[in-house]
Amino acid sequence: MSPLLAFDHVSKTYGEGGGMVRALNSVDLTIARGEFVAIMGPSGSGKSTTMNILGCLDSPTQGRFLFNDVDVTKLPRDGRALLRRNFLGFVFQGYNLLSRTTAIENVELPLIYRGTPKRERRERAVAALHLVGLNDREHHTPSELSGGQQQRVAIARAIVTNPLVLLADEPTGNLDTARSHEIMELLAGLNQTRGLTVIMVTHEPDMAAFANRTIKFVDGVIETDVLRVAA
Amino acid sequence: MLWEAIKLANQSVRRNALRSILTLLGIVIGVGAVIAMVTIGNGTTQKVTADLSKLGSNMLIVRPGRETFGPGGNTDVRSFTERDVAVLRDNLSGVRALAPSANKSVKIVFGSSNTDAVVTGTDSDYFAVQDWTFESGRPFTEGDVRSGSSVCVIGQTIKTVLFGQADPLGQAVRLGKVSCEVIGLVASKGQSAFGTDQDNIVFMPLRAFQRRIAGNQKIATINISVTDADSIPTVQAATEEILREQRRIAPNDENDFSVRDMTQIVSTLTSTTTLMTGLLSAVAAVSLLVGGIGIMNIMLVSVTERTREIGIRLAIGALEKQVLTQFLVEAIVLAIFGGVIGIILGLGLAGWAAYGMSIPFTVNPSIVGLAFVFSGLIGVVFGYFPARRAARLDPIEALRHE
Repeated sequence: MSPLLAFDHVSKTYGEGGGMVRALNSVDLTIARGEFVAIMGPSGSGKSTTMNILGCLDSPTQGRFLFNDVDVTKLPRDGRALLRRNFLGFVFQGYNLLSRTTAIENVELPLIYRGTPKRERRERAVAALHLVGLNDREHHTPSELSGGQQQRVAIARAIVTNPLVLLADEPTGNLDTARSHEIMELLAGLNQTRGLTVIMVTHEPDMAAFANRTIKFVDGVIETDVLRVAA
Repeated sequence: MLWEAIKLANQSVRRNALRSILTLLGIVIGVGAVIAMVTIGNGTTQKVTADLSKLGSNMLIVRPGRETFGPGGNTDVRSFTERDVAVLRDNLSGVRALAPSANKSVKIVFGSSNTDAVVTGTDSDYFAVQDWTFESGRPFTEGDVRSGSSVCVIGQTIKTVLFGQADPLGQAVRLGKVSCEVIGLVASKGQSAFGTDQDNIVFMPLRAFQRRIAGNQKIATINISVTDADSIPTVQAATEEILREQRRIAPNDENDFSVRDMTQIVSTLTSTTTLMTGLLSAVAAVSLLVGGIGIMNIMLVSVTERTREIGIRLAIGALEKQVLTQFLVEAIVLAIFGGVIGIILGLGLAGWAAYGMSIPFTVNPSIVGLAFVFSGLIGVVFGYFPARRAARLDPIEALRHE
């Protein structure tokens, strides 16, 4: 089976001439369906750039990025937007919920862009909020929710479209240890029960321990790529 | 999707209510001014046209003296004679009715009541020329006119002041030093386009007027009612020709009288209104432009403020087109909102002015529709640039935006 996501000699540079920064240097990487990958590394090591390319938000300067055998590098802006809409879910460190918008409306948002009918939208949003354990906070706005709850709403928003891949950029970065563990258990659960491919950037080895593969970046190249056999 | 965009736009307009309203002032003023002006302009035109028809239709007014506007003018003018009137009556064709007249302001007395009134000496054709209708009684007979009997026809204002609810017919009133019998009462015409009370009037046979009230033979005006509007210029020219010959004016001399077309006078009035409307429309156009720039400005601010939100939307799969639509719809909703307020305000203003100026208040639906569509168009034109800027944001940059 071909991998779900594949980097083929991917390089990414920013700027030109003397000020040129090489964020990724000819990286090869494959991720299969159903993996739970933690990406680690110091800041400036290229992990954020990797996430942006995996998330179809950015294109490599050189090399190819294949998503399900489709060369994303060749896709126009809207083509990449459609990939994000249909196959990807995003969770951010800062939650990135729309303020002054209720939890359920936030979760419905990706479905609105898909043109899902209102009734189905509602049902699926409610189901997603149930799945993340927020059955009674549907009509709360982000400012009325705790950080952990906001991140749960964000996860509900990411999975409401039944994506193939969930990309989480330091999802526990703003949370205390207890809340962080809850979120990680939620992600691990989604990975195990639904076969959702989860790719997560984190600084904390504790959190990386929830994943079954840890990739460490240093200076734009992969330093280590450790597969952990499930206990 | 469009409905969602409208809902979203509505939300964001309400969230920034004060800012939205201030932004909208330009459009509100622009649309309001246009609506008010057009509505008031229409009312004025209707009023003037109605007054014109009350004055008598297709009227030519022949006056001695050179062309002057307004009262006063030359004093040493050669008045018309009965002979002038007779010649015109015999030689003009295409005329429905023709009547000489002369006026004098006198005190009219009945019992213990009195009032000042304009007495018009004329003949029975005058009622036809000026479209007076009789509420009761009768006009002068041939006999009244020829013999100069002391009879009179009064207007509604005189009747109310002197007689109240009582029947004036057959009563004798005193005009200055002359006593005369009321034989008719004409129906009301109300105010003229120039603001005078047309019902404050008394009619007398011309000869009686000349002999007993004016004390001279002068005829101040010849009123001609032309059969149809198209022949007004022909009749006007013919009148001039006949009078020049009759009054023996040398070919190179100017007329010592004027033949004026009432329609022309009214159209002069109307053109003043048109000019005013034009000027105010220009002001309104500038106001609309400023309003449009205001909308562009506020939308650019909104896009900058909501950069992160746009980043989120793009990240979760919004297409460029969808973000563009969202912000464009927001600008349109904002502009239309302003337009609707402007329409309401403009109509209110026009209604108030119509009440104050006692002109009819008629809403022109097509201009209201046009104002509505046009304000939407302003939203499209001035909202496009900010919306495109939002749609083309780089999602990574946008998400990083604080």
